[in-house]
Amino acid sequence: MITIKGLIHIYKKEIKTYIVSPTAYVVIPIFLLIAAFYFFSARTFFLRSQASMRDFFSALPIIFCIIIPAITMHLFSEELNIGSYEMLLTMPVTFLDIIIGKFLAAVTLMATCLFPTFSYALFISALGNLDWGPIIGGYISALLLGAAFCAIGLLISSITKKQIIALIVGIVICLVLSLLNIVVVLIPMPHIILGFLNYMDAYIHFQNIARGIVDTRDIIYFVSLCILALYGTKLVMEEKK
Amino acid sequence: MIRIVNLTKFYNTTCALDHINLEIREGEILGLLGPNGAGKTTALRILTCYMQPTEGMVYVKDFNIFDHPLEIKKMIGYLPESAPIYKHMLVYEYLRYVADVREIEKSKEDKRIQELADLCGLNEVMHKTVEELSKGYKQRVGLAHAMMGNPEILILDEPTSGLDPNQRIEVRDIIKGIGKKKTVILSTHILPEVESTCERVVIINEGKIIADDYLQKLKESSGNRFTINLTVKGGQFDAVKSALSRIEGISKINKVQDSDSTVSLVLDCMTDKDVRPLIFSEIKQNNWEIIELYQEKATLETIFRKLTREV
Repeated sequence: MITIKGLIHIYKKEIKTYIVSPTAYVVIPIFLLIAAFYFFSARTFFLRSQASMRDFFSALPIIFCIIIPAITMHLFSEELNIGSYEMLLTMPVTFLDIIIGKFLAAVTLMATCLFPTFSYALFISALGNLDWGPIIGGYISALLLGAAFCAIGLLISSITKKQIIALIVGIVICLVLSLLNIVVVLIPMPHIILGFLNYMDAYIHFQNIARGIVDTRDIIYFVSLCILALYGTKLVMEEKK
Repeated sequence: MIRIVNLTKFYNTTCALDHINLEIREGEILGLLGPNGAGKTTALRILTCYMQPTEGMVYVKDFNIFDHPLEIKKMIGYLPESAPIYKHMLVYEYLRYVADVREIEKSKEDKRIQELADLCGLNEVMHKTVEELSKGYKQRVGLAHAMMGNPEILILDEPTSGLDPNQRIEVRDIIKGIGKKKTVILSTHILPEVESTCERVVIINEGKIIADDYLQKLKESSGNRFTINLTVKGGQFDAVKSALSRIEGISKINKVQDSDSTVSLVLDCMTDKDVRPLIFSEIKQNNWEIIELYQEKATLETIFRKLTREV
């Protein structure tokens, strides 16, 4: 069961936590610095003389692998560590209010990181003839990938009291999901496993949408990943009861 | 108001609560006592819907913890042990967040926060972060948290643990004030706290209820069991013991100290009569002298010690 009011209160509290804690002030500048490096580095943007953000979107999954677990690591770990989890669960809110409220707050911070990079698109459009299809696709894709990573980060944070463990495990899982295509090339394996691993690769689905091709299979993949991880978080919380 | 039926909780193979049955009436201040690890906190956690029992059921009014946790949570204000509160939040900000979750009308929010700040003595620290506060103030913020929604039932787990004596008295006074209007369940192992605030006492040991009665009745029922501390000059322990054994009502004689000149004893008595004059005459007959003689009345502490050691 979900109560909208409860969800909004949890969401607002988490957003305030991001504002008063150093997380937002550390994560957003680091993200923008790395993103700017990939976008403006001479090797890519200026030498190629192309009005595109392809290199930026190619690098985005790997940047997210590090940034998003940093956003989500405290969400449950801190509550478990200081014991406020007990106070939270005895207030008139449901598991789903807590999970979805925290998830949406993490997605909001991830989107806030992404928002300033839209200025790159405006900058390119002033310099040359920009194809807006892949740009819009890229941002939709980034939001879907970011949301899926936020859900995974939330799940890991619900398992451990230690934020550093939540961060490291989160980075590893997101990297594995993003680099499965490389594993598939390096290790010989049966066709059926190959197909499965290819489908599980977040990077491939991300690139499909980022190219401007919106395929329902890719959207279903990201949405399923979100639902599975959030459901897993609920199971972990129920197990703690 | 609260009905606990056959409540059982296992942590793996360890039994924390063993088929507990209890009924708590509206407006009662109930003291839940027990040694560490007796199952008090587990019982409270189940009552507040934080945990689910392995077996049994808890009803609060017409609601049960499995089907209506949200309704029950709305009726209960809970202060867990050591008041774990978000460290980075300002006290005012935290209370506002709790007021929001407790669905207090926006127009009444400020008034309610001010009322609780006055009641719990938080006015000076409203704009400090929780991590800057002393343990006593944190506990008060926890109390304000528990009372925010004006709940019908207040459950306080060790509300004064770790506080200095002054802070303890302050928090105890606040609880007494609340107890005039609400049903309060107070879990503690600080016995004077229960004696000064609670009407009814439930003692839990090893997951079972071993005593459940009004404090006064509990003391009365233990009235015929008491101890006498005696120090005698001039006699040896064996001789004194044999002389006092003749007195009806003295069930056990224990030696505390035996030196060349004096012997100290503790006499366990079980009688409605006053045995002190008989002891006096026995000592006099043997030409010994009484250095010290006093009878220990039944306090909650003696009752607690007796019950939790007997099991």
